[in-house]
This record gives sequence, C-alpha cells and structure tokens, in this order.
Amino acid sequence: MTALLGHLLGRLPIGWLQLVHNKTRLAAALAGVAFASVLVLMQLGFLGALVASIRLPYDQMNADLLISASDMNTLADGSPLPRQRMFEALTVEGVQNATPLYYGKIEWKQPDGTIRNLDVFGIDPSVESLRNPAINARLSDISLSDVALIDAKVRNVPKGLFAAITAGEPYRFEVKGRTLTVVGTFEIGGGFSADGYLVVSDQTFLRLFPNRVAGAPNHILVTLAPGADAALTLDRLRATLPADDSIVRTVEEAFDRDQAFQTTQRPVGLVFGFGVVIGILVGIIIVYQVLSTDVAEHLKEYATFKAIGYSQRFFLGIVFEEALILAILGFVPGFLVSLLLYTVVVAVTGLPLAMTGARAVFVLVGTLGMCALSGAIATRKLARANPADLF
Amino acid sequence: MDLTARRERYTDGDLNRPDAPVVVRGLNHWFGEGEARKQALFDVNLALERGKLTVLLGASGSGKTTLLTLMGCLRRVQDGSLTLLGTELAGADEQVLVRCRRRLGFIFQAHNLHESLTAMENVRMGLEVHGKAAMAGWERASAHLLEMLGLGERLHYLPGNLSGGQKQRVAVARALVGNPDIVFADEPTAALDKNSALNTVTLLKRLGTERGTTTLMVTHDTKIMSLADRIITLEDGRIVEDSGTT
Repeated sequence: MTALLGHLLGRLPIGWLQLVHNKTRLAAALAGVAFASVLVLMQLGFLGALVASIRLPYDQMNADLLISASDMNTLADGSPLPRQRMFEALTVEGVQNATPLYYGKIEWKQPDGTIRNLDVFGIDPSVESLRNPAINARLSDISLSDVALIDAKVRNVPKGLFAAITAGEPYRFEVKGRTLTVVGTFEIGGGFSADGYLVVSDQTFLRLFPNRVAGAPNHILVTLAPGADAALTLDRLRATLPADDSIVRTVEEAFDRDQAFQTTQRPVGLVFGFGVVIGILVGIIIVYQVLSTDVAEHLKEYATFKAIGYSQRFFLGIVFEEALILAILGFVPGFLVSLLLYTVVVAVTGLPLAMTGARAVFVLVGTLGMCALSGAIATRKLARANPADLF
Repeated sequence: MDLTARRERYTDGDLNRPDAPVVVRGLNHWFGEGEARKQALFDVNLALERGKLTVLLGASGSGKTTLLTLMGCLRRVQDGSLTLLGTELAGADEQVLVRCRRRLGFIFQAHNLHESLTAMENVRMGLEVHGKAAMAGWERASAHLLEMLGLGERLHYLPGNLSGGQKQRVAVARALVGNPDIVFADEPTAALDKNSALNTVTLLKRLGTERGTTTLMVTHDTKIMSLADRIITLEDGRIVEDSGTT
C-alpha cells in the first residue's frame, strides 16, 4: 500500500504512514466514516424505497394520461372526480379510451388479530386498466360480486397462503361486513402507507365503500389513439376540462408531483432527508476531529518540514491524502454493512429497498467531499506550525 | 586588541567578500508591538566565510536564536540588510524565503523527527524537497550518511525505537543529505555522547573542507568550541566579541 501510494503521489505517502502509525485512532476514524456512510446509505435507501413504492401503482396504470381532482397530491388523497369528465375526455381528439379508477383502503384482519393495510383498486373489469398480466388474465373472475385478486407481496401473511390461492384454492376473509373471495394473486408490493394491493371490480369496490358512488371515481385513466400527439392531446384535454375540479397530466407528471409532495412535504420524506444531512454532519465532525488532532500532534514535524523548505501546498497535500484515505477505506466497510442491512430490511418489511450503482457512487463521492471538507477545515491549524519556534 | 577594533577588523573586512554566503549589515530586530515592543538585535554586522564552522555564543536572551532564525529565512528581516547566498532577504516574499531555505540545513536541539517515518525515510525528507531529480539514488545517499553517523544498523528503525542520541544523528543526516550550502545548528550535540558529538562536528568540518558547506552553530559544548574556526559572542543583541576566522 505504501509503495502504491508513493507511486501515485510521487512522494513519500506521509499521510498514510501517519494514519497507520496510530492504528487505534485509524480504526476509530474508519469506524466513524463507515458509520456515517451506513447512515447516509440507509437514509437514501429508505428515501429511494419511498420513491419506488410511490412509483409502483403508477407503473401498473395502462394509460398515457391521468385525469385527477385538482386538489390531488397523491394517488390516495384528493377529492373524487365527476365521472362526467371521463365522457368529456372521450370526445377530445386524440383520446382512444378513458376508464375510471376507484381507490380506497381496507384493513385486512389476520387470524392472529393483527391488521394488514391494503390499497384497493376498483376497475372496470371489461377494460385492461392495469398493465399487470396476472390481473388482466383474471378480469372475468373479478367481474363477479365480491371477488378479488390480492398482491402476493403483502407483508407478514401466513406462509403458504398466497401459494394456495395461486394454486387455485380461493381464500375468503371478511372486511367491512362483507366476505371477499380472493381467487388469484399478482405482484406489486407494499410501501410506507400500505402492506400491498387488492384489485376488485368497480361494482365490488362500491359495495366495499358504500359512501362512494359510481359517478365519482378518484382518477380517470386515458389512453391515446395510435399516432396521437401526447402534448397536443394534453393541451386539448386541459382546454376542455374545467381546471377548478380536474387536472390532466401524463402518468409520469402525476408520479413526479406525488413523489415531490411525499418526499418534501410529508413527515416520512422529511425525516429521511434530515437523516441524510445528519449522517453527513456526523461524518464531517468525526473526520475533522481525527484530522485536526493529527495535525495538532504533528505541528513540530510540520514546522521542521517548513524550515527544510516544504511549501504550504505540501502540508495541504498530506491532510487531503489522509482525508481521501479515510473516505475510501471507511466507505468500503460502510457499503458492505449497508448491503447487509438492505437485505435484512427487505426481508423484514418487504420495502422496495435496493442498492443502486448510482447511489453507491453518489455516497462515495459525498464521503470524499465530506472528508475533503473536514480536511480543509483541519488545515487551518497548519498555520500554527511556525519553524522559527523550533529554535 | 580592544573589542571595537576586533569587531571592525572581522566585520568590515568580511562584509565586502564577494563569496561570503551570509552578509549582515546594520541588522536590527524587534519583538512585540506598542509599549511591549522590545529590541532583540542592535545594528549587527557580520559575514560568514564559506566552508567554515562558526560558533555563536551568548547567554539566554542575547539574540543568538533571533539572528540564527533571521539568517535561516525563518523570520522576516525588519530593518537592515541580510544577504543569503546572494539573495537579499530584506523585503523578500515567502516564495523567495522558501527557495532559500531549500539551500540550507537545519539541526534543531529537539530532533523533531517524524514518528511514523523510519530513519531512512526521515532522511529522505531532506532530499525530497528538492524534487524528483534529487531523488535518484536517495537510498544509497541516505544510508551512506546514516552509516557515517554510526547508524548503519538502524536504517529502518522508527524514531520510537531509537535513543535520544540516535534520533539526533538522524536529524543531522536529514539536514546534510541535501548537500546544503549552509547548516544552521542549535545545540546539535546536546543529546550526544562525547564520541558521537565529536564525530558529528568532525563530519560538519569535513563537509566544509570538501564541499564548502558553511556551518553556524549555537553551542555551549566546550569540546566543540575548540573545533570552531570562529567564535562570535552576542550580548544583549550586540556582537561583543568575534574571534575572527582562524
């Protein structure tokens, strides 16, 4: 390592030699950087899982455009929309189809008394409203009263339940005073607000939610005619539909808005954002402490080097060399521990938590920046190395 | 010969020598500000002769360290003229001072070795400052010097595993490995036993003869003074005695 660094730096790697000279301090410093990396990677992982879980239902929509209530922030909130907007949309040039989407939440009580929260999609079973082949293959089944399809990724459900359903054994459970018969499964996955999804027909949905009416869906899924200009059709829809009760967006725009709202205005998103900031601050403080102590302990040696004729740049090089070594050597164990923790969190929660290359690179670059910043602050102490004081 | 005559004889004459590595004219220096301002050097005039070993004597507070640090480009000249190896240091900027320092060797009373570097690596630092070109054969040059100073068996020892005298000899090697034009030494033999001290000073004298290295040394070691080519005594910031070059 010394030879490699010496070759890379073109000089004796004093920073590295100083670090390995005091192995206890080096271990503490690396543990600190690793801890900060784990903190940031985990918070970014949770933030990423939040975004991924927000995206899950949007990815299921077999639509190009989404009409929602104008006060909608997320799929789950906002007022119901007059179904009349669907018929108005169908008159607009470029629109091929429009279908209502009803959205609600139910609590699925488990045999042990615990509750699983399910997001419920009520769809027109005569239309492939969703992109999920497993759902589309069973549309005729859910057109029957009180028949449902369930997300096989719902968390903490007795082992074998979904396998039995998939194998053809219907599963029945009571909810809102009705008995639902689950005849098939599909896979979407849970998020932070629900453990998974349930898909029923619009008629079953209205029976499950008696306060809802067929004339007021939550969203309207719009598909464009082949060759239709999306932007032009969007403009036409916006011009046609009253802006005071409806908003027309591409599915991607609706997701972006949902994501922005949940990550910046909902407590859960803010908490993860603060977690990232706190992780960075912890890292800066730990690395600064290590580097400033190191500089303070070597002031006489640095003053001697100054007397010999080394310039300030040389000393800055030593401090930054230490900072970068701490960043890289601290990040590696932090990254490995995070991978392990991601696996544990996914196994326990089923959240869509995945380490991406971009996130790893981002945190590595951030760790390098964090350590460089700490190094830059620590170099202020170098000014105290006065060679005249050596005599 | 009275003191004034001796001072005139050995300063004015040397001041005009074109090959003098250090020429000091009318040098004054102060410390502190305002009412606390105190003058440490008063109108110092002297020139060092190339290749000679000069010993600087004086009680604590006499100004010898101030003079040494001014000559060593470690302080800025406030008043008067100080020419080091042909460069006027009065008004010189930091870059000039750094460049000049690279032509000097420093031996401090405290060895100030880098604790995480071996003896060889510490000596190497005295060469690395001169750039990559100077690094060719650094191992041979460093080992040779350390062997001359009796440390052939300790080349790869860390300072923590060396005695005080051994550390000081490593510091001497570090100061000399870059072939400095002038060596400034502050009590360099204080931590050395009699043989090591004589060995070190003999080496400095030999460098003076062979390479023309000039040495200015602060010491109270009487054994060393007998080897000096010249002894200058400072008192209250003034040169009060100068033996002249022998």
